[in-house]
Amino acid sequence: MIGRTASQGARDERRLGWWLCAPAGLVMLLVTGWPVVYSVLLSLQRYDLRFPDRKAWIGLANYGTVLTSAFWWNAVGVTVLVTVVSVAIELVLGMAIALVMYRTLVARGLVRAAVLIPYGIVTVAAAYGWKYAWTPGTGWLAGFLPAGSAPLTERWPALGIIILAEVWKTTPFMSLLLMAGLALVPEDTLKAAAMDGASAWQRFRLVVLPLMAPTILAALLFRILDAVRIFDDIYVLTNGAQRTSSVSIIAYHNLVSGLNLGIGSTMSVLVFLGVAVVPVVFVKLLGASAPGQDRGR
Amino acid sequence: MRNRPTPARGGARAAAGGVLVGGVLAGCGSGTSGPPAVDLYNAPQEHLAQIVRRCNGIAGGAYRIRLNTLPRGADDQREQLVRRLAAGDTGLDVLGLDVTWTAELAEAGWIREWTGADAARARQGTLAAPLDTALWHGRLYAAPYNTNVQLLWYRSDLIPSPPRTWTGLMAESARLAREGRPAYGEVTGAQYEGLVVWFNSLVASAGGSILTPGGEHVALGPPALEALRVMRAFARSKAADPSLSNTREDDARLAVEAGRGAYEINWPFVYASMVANRPAMAARFRWAPYPGIDGTGRSPLGGANFAVSRYSRHPRAAFRAALCLRDPESQRVAAVEDGLPPTIEAVYGAPGMAKAYPMRQTIEEALRTAAPRPKTPTYQNVSTVTAVTLSPPRSIDPPRTLRTLRSLIGDALRSRGVLP
Repeated sequence: MIGRTASQGARDERRLGWWLCAPAGLVMLLVTGWPVVYSVLLSLQRYDLRFPDRKAWIGLANYGTVLTSAFWWNAVGVTVLVTVVSVAIELVLGMAIALVMYRTLVARGLVRAAVLIPYGIVTVAAAYGWKYAWTPGTGWLAGFLPAGSAPLTERWPALGIIILAEVWKTTPFMSLLLMAGLALVPEDTLKAAAMDGASAWQRFRLVVLPLMAPTILAALLFRILDAVRIFDDIYVLTNGAQRTSSVSIIAYHNLVSGLNLGIGSTMSVLVFLGVAVVPVVFVKLLGASAPGQDRGR
Repeated sequence: MRNRPTPARGGARAAAGGVLVGGVLAGCGSGTSGPPAVDLYNAPQEHLAQIVRRCNGIAGGAYRIRLNTLPRGADDQREQLVRRLAAGDTGLDVLGLDVTWTAELAEAGWIREWTGADAARARQGTLAAPLDTALWHGRLYAAPYNTNVQLLWYRSDLIPSPPRTWTGLMAESARLAREGRPAYGEVTGAQYEGLVVWFNSLVASAGGSILTPGGEHVALGPPALEALRVMRAFARSKAADPSLSNTREDDARLAVEAGRGAYEINWPFVYASMVANRPAMAARFRWAPYPGIDGTGRSPLGGANFAVSRYSRHPRAAFRAALCLRDPESQRVAAVEDGLPPTIEAVYGAPGMAKAYPMRQTIEEALRTAAPRPKTPTYQNVSTVTAVTLSPPRSIDPPRTLRTLRSLIGDALRSRGVLP
């Protein structure tokens, strides 16, 4: 009897919960769902704001145009390159900084605050800082280069600077996530391993890393999703010149500068699909989960 | 900030005489009381505020122009304008347009056609070449404000008699290089509009054009092939500065002022700069017509025009304001103070012009044959893909580059193209 009333109450409470969530859910659906649907609809049309009279439904033709464009695939290549290289560097650097922050004995608060400063600076402001630093004549970094070199006007140096700016900005975020994972490694396990004669490197590789795996996967997932959408650093540093456009930059150029809503929306939809694939791969193939969820394993 | 009460009585007089007070209140006023506010959006120009003040005085309370300054880069200017026009923004009245944007904005229906007495005043005494940049399908969509042509600027101590062709310039550079003297010829070879300007003038000098006259189809053909050959040869000759593929107008100017370049292809602003920065060199700094293929070439045509937004709430006042902003006296101020060549022929004889523009005769002659850039609503796309394809100039492979251009520009015209 008591059990039945309890479950009745629980069910009522759950229903009330749904009702209370409904307005927020509805707003979410309107502000995130509708733009997605609208983008898909636009991507199926020839719709150039400069030719309002030529608007027409053209099926998947825009997808054909974009997917056969060398500019698009170049942007995909740049995005993948920047993502892979910057996230790899961030993971290694972030792990090192996380270990330092976790083990530091003096001025722990100060060290952690100092490490977080780059992440706290607005990306666009930081990007302008990098831009001016590398501009010949005015920049302090450009001064170290041979006279006459303008790294932001050449493709590979520019890509290097973009990656540098990304790494500088988001390594603190990575290290913060990884430090949370380090806290999950029980001290006793480490002590036991040390007693058994494991060296520091062995303890890190065979004890810390496996225990931190879920955290690392989550951190990688966050950063990859972020890096794939890279926009502000490139917008400020090169704005896509010398074939340094990312997929977000090229979508912006076609939508806002080109006023081509059809082609631009097609690119947005493709970026959306690309971003959606990443978490699916992580969850299905790598078994990623939220940090701390597998603590009892 | 809207509907801030302004002194109702004497408001007109205050606007007419008290320009200082007007300037302070300008940010806060609205159309509800006092003279209608006309929002002017224009590229940065040092003495434009002086021109605006004069027009506000002449208006006598019929309107009050508020000056809003657009970003410095032409692409950023266009982006702000088209984004706001596409959204039907009523906060724009008079728009300062680059000569290459007329077709795009007119075709989209974002700027108003000039008709009747306004159109007659805008056309009166205006030079033919700048006037043509304000036309789309034969209708007037803007009032020409200033114009510009590139010339050959050279150091007469290095080049006694300026060649008339690109081949001649390359020969001069080779001679100077042999003699161990500054040999570089500075041209705008970076991947941007300047590269398109160079290509367009070469094609025109070879007797061709990038697009067919109506702007509907790709023309190019043998003249374009000839132009590509010249660009490639120049970029691989002794005339080519190693930083050619990064050179914009200002880099070209600085290279000659620094003594690295023997000559440059550039707009007339380089003359005033040379006089100010290197007075000694300025004495031997001369100008000549734009070089061509087998004779004098056709100079690029630049400049800016005033248009009235479709979404303006005070179109009458906006047209009147635009006419005042480009009247002979306004153009004289822009020319003498800011170095912007006038579009009204008579202004070339105005006081102060002889000192500010010793080269005005050459400019006027160049304007007669100057090559406008292609007229098409998709100019932005055509220009972008052209610049990408031609960069860097030393990698141009004439027949192959021509095929790529033909295909990419063709796509851009049909709004099927993808921007990089």
